[in-house]
Amino acid sequence: MVYLTRKAEFSASHYYHNPEFTPEENRRVFGKCNNPNGHGHNYTLEITVKGAVDPRSGFVVDLKELKEIMHREVLDAMDHRFLNKEVPEFANRIPTTENLAIAIWQRLFPKLQRAQLHRVRVYETPDLFADFYGEA
Amino acid sequence: MKAYLTRRYRFSASHRLHSDGFSAEENLMIYGKCNNPHGHGHNYVLEVTVSGPVDDRTGMVCNLVDLDGFVEREVLSRYDLENLNTLQEFTRSVPTTENLCVEIFEILQRGFPHAHLETVRLEETMMNSFEYAGGTESAP
Repeated sequence: MVYLTRKAEFSASHYYHNPEFTPEENRRVFGKCNNPNGHGHNYTLEITVKGAVDPRSGFVVDLKELKEIMHREVLDAMDHRFLNKEVPEFANRIPTTENLAIAIWQRLFPKLQRAQLHRVRVYETPDLFADFYGEA
Repeated sequence: MKAYLTRRYRFSASHRLHSDGFSAEENLMIYGKCNNPHGHGHNYVLEVTVSGPVDDRTGMVCNLVDLDGFVEREVLSRYDLENLNTLQEFTRSVPTTENLCVEIFEILQRGFPHAHLETVRLEETMMNSFEYAGGTESAP
């Protein structure tokens, strides 16, 4: 089994708000992230797939194909977008780094055939990242 | 759904690697330049990884304000700009980055209730880092 990681970057804005909380609770729980006009990040995405090395190609996965899937399923939908308003998953889910990792996993998992998705890592800043391994 | 959250922090401290259990020659042989009697310093990078179910109401494994506050109060304010050899926890053990990594893991495991502690990773320089996930089992 060999693991292969492909990185990509995208920029997006978001804010944290739960309509079931009072305005005071929203401010207390989410702090500055509750500003309704949003704020942005340069996200770095790391997709790790795993699989056996194909003896004919020497590849775990065709990197070009992986790059295309990441672009089509994730970057086209999220790059330069306001996540709360433009990405359907976040109509009812708060676009935290954790939930972004989960949403990106759910977008990629059904599209990957030859290689198995191992980990989705999303860096919100260089000092903060979330990992999702598909665990329940 | 279970997710993992990692946060990076920075602090600077000095230390000297020296064990009273060794002779002067042995200390010099084992620790080399790190045995210099006046000590030396590093800019450490600390990575704390916690895990847990993502709370439906907040979208979070744990609130970063809680994690940042705890690490600032219990770890960074204890070690930043200090000489590690002068601290109580290193009166009997050598302040290697391995031992410092274990100390920080134990501080978090004892006192941070908001998420499950997975690992503590400590970079002494850009070229070397140490990781501790608790337990006594040997590495795979």
